[in-house]
Amino acid sequence: MAKTKNAPIKPHSASNHNAAPLSLVNTHSDKKATIGLEYMTYEQLEEFGEELNAVRQRVLDDLGQKDADYIRRVIKVQKASEVLGRIGIFMPFFPPAFIAGILFLGLAKILDNMEIGHNVMHGQYDWMNDPMVDASRYEWDNIAPSKDWKHGHNYIHHTYTNIHGMDRDIGYNMFRIDEDQPWYASHRFNLPLAFILMLVFEWGIMYHGVELDQYLQGKITKEDFQGRKKRALKKIRKQVFKDYVAWPLLGLALVPFVGWWAPVAILVANIVANVIRNVWSFIIIFCGHFPAEVQTFAEEDAQNETRGQWYLRQLLGSANISGHKPFHVLTGNLSYQVEHHLFPDIPARRYPEVAEDVKLLVEKYGLQYNTGRLSKQVASVIRQLAKLGHKPDDPYKIGNSPESKALRRAKREAAAARREEEARAPQLTS
Amino acid sequence: MGIIRKALSSRPVASLTSPHTIDHYLDQIHPMLAAENVRARVVEVVQETGDASTVILRPNGAWKGFTPGQHVQFGVEVDGTRRVRCFSVSSSRAAKKGTFSVSVKAHPDGYVSQFLHHELKPRTIVYLSQAEGEFVLPRDVPDNLLLISGGSGITPVMSMIRTLRDTGHQGRVTFLHYARSRDDEMFTADLDALAEAANVTVMRVYTRRPAPGAELKGRFHVDHLKHLGIDPTDTLTYVCGPAGLIATVRDTYTELGAADQLRLEYFKVPSVDLDAADATGTLTFDDARIEADNSGATILEQAEAAGLKPEFGCRMGVCNTCVVKKNHGAVRHVISNEISANTDETIKICVHVPVGDVNVAL
Repeated sequence: MAKTKNAPIKPHSASNHNAAPLSLVNTHSDKKATIGLEYMTYEQLEEFGEELNAVRQRVLDDLGQKDADYIRRVIKVQKASEVLGRIGIFMPFFPPAFIAGILFLGLAKILDNMEIGHNVMHGQYDWMNDPMVDASRYEWDNIAPSKDWKHGHNYIHHTYTNIHGMDRDIGYNMFRIDEDQPWYASHRFNLPLAFILMLVFEWGIMYHGVELDQYLQGKITKEDFQGRKKRALKKIRKQVFKDYVAWPLLGLALVPFVGWWAPVAILVANIVANVIRNVWSFIIIFCGHFPAEVQTFAEEDAQNETRGQWYLRQLLGSANISGHKPFHVLTGNLSYQVEHHLFPDIPARRYPEVAEDVKLLVEKYGLQYNTGRLSKQVASVIRQLAKLGHKPDDPYKIGNSPESKALRRAKREAAAARREEEARAPQLTS
Repeated sequence: MGIIRKALSSRPVASLTSPHTIDHYLDQIHPMLAAENVRARVVEVVQETGDASTVILRPNGAWKGFTPGQHVQFGVEVDGTRRVRCFSVSSSRAAKKGTFSVSVKAHPDGYVSQFLHHELKPRTIVYLSQAEGEFVLPRDVPDNLLLISGGSGITPVMSMIRTLRDTGHQGRVTFLHYARSRDDEMFTADLDALAEAANVTVMRVYTRRPAPGAELKGRFHVDHLKHLGIDPTDTLTYVCGPAGLIATVRDTYTELGAADQLRLEYFKVPSVDLDAADATGTLTFDDARIEADNSGATILEQAEAAGLKPEFGCRMGVCNTCVVKKNHGAVRHVISNEISANTDETIKICVHVPVGDVNVAL
């Protein structure tokens, strides 16, 4: 058959997504990380880590048919909803069906991105060995190519969660969402920019994964950047062609019966469905990390952390949203953001169950467990965006102030001095 | 290939279902319904011997057929996990329309083969690949053909000889098979029947419990060929079986200057001969940024021990599923003992052990 087939995504290229992320290591110093010392001692942190490891292992050992059945049931609902949606939007002459079609299509995209895509690409179902739910092969119905998303999300964000200068997801390089982020003039527009990003969120995720900022700062190679750009363009072509060209073109068949506007109606329906998904995923994701009570960390404090400290950082750096079962499914169980960050690689349907264990440990050690209703978390995020958009009084919190510049220069010089010393060190020993 | 299937796997359809394939949707209606995913329903499981069985399968329309000698990746789902292994097709290509069979000897540690032998029920749906493998008969079969097999290595050879029988092949075919005893032999009745054909010589050698008055005894030896009146230099020869048999046959043919007549297929999970001298250095999994001390096991096993999950199929160097790029370092093939040290070559990680420092793209 003369058909050029796209090569499948190379397996295991993003990161080793099936294993718990590694802790941050400082190669220059053995100094222990200070995270969590205000709550417990190093021994307790160690014990805390082991207790959570045991919870993870217990779930991993128990995975089986019911988890496989669950994800397949969700996929079935997702596909049915997509097909119903596509049929519905082909009836622009009958508004109830047309509107239902848009909603079904939006629902299908939400399920595909959240409960299926996000979770499958975390490697939560890799143990099934089914190519259709395999992290290295899954591609989601979203502008962002899975490969770069997996690297940025599974590896960078989930390993260095809420560490300033390392987790690129703190404010997405766009917003000031935390006290400790430097303020720049563009942050005055925190709220309107957030509103715009909400509508086009999938494009934002894609742009974030291209890592233009990292390339301009010299943190990734040109080759790496070009690859990211190429993959993004390819995915954009495919998604745009499907939603905004191919399906509307099929609508031409309706023109003789409905009128010239039938393809336009289908195009608009596709746009609206994508926007529905964008708004929903934006809200859930912003509520998972940006409410006021969520903590962020400095790189120095997290270096050489133990597993227990890593767990604690995840716990303090995330926030849950309470709600009913269908709500949790629609969020991809990211409403259990705390549990998701503690155990990113166990099937999300298990989060409610492990939440019980996590709460017991939180009580035992007197820790903070961030949770609240959707309305409360959304309000908190909006307040944060509004408050932190104002210019702070402290000059060290303003990115462009002479004080901040001097501080950064001092840091750069210290780093250079250290590098120089290291370059000299081997000569001394030889 | 049906016109509907062709349409369903066409590019326009793919662009409408992107990023998924049409099979993602068809699968929701019925698992057997697919444009490209090969699935099959088990028709019957026949016990061949105490530990070997034949599974008769009815594949869906995505199945493109096989050439005798090929194998398929055979996947069964147990408790939510799909387990996949490579098994040889054993049936004749001219067999009853719409079915084919694979035959398997249950390996003591082989999860899938054990499951197949003891638990697989008719009507179960199994997950297959298309038939794969280069160990096949040429389009025009020469007049002199020798098939040698040992133990369960008989399966691909059986498919060949059954196909030759059913397609009315007139040339001389000699089938030399080694099994431990008649009880351990698969396809006994069929072999008895094949021996009746005028152009076919079937010679079975039972190595542990020879048949009374047997013409040939013991393991393969050049005298066995002489006894059968075979001149290796003008006889196309297929050999499939354990590494020991293959090594002997290969050496014999090389000695007689007939190596170009020989086609080989290993058919046993290779046992790794732990060579202490090899088990040094560090094995680096480059993509995962993991380093491990070389334990001397195959790279696949070491990768799994390090928590990685590389793709694999047969785990015996046949199916090519596990190939990855080796960035640098030397590796030894566990069957042929060949060492290769080229940079940037692709290797089958299930049959290669690292020799010293090795870096692979895993």
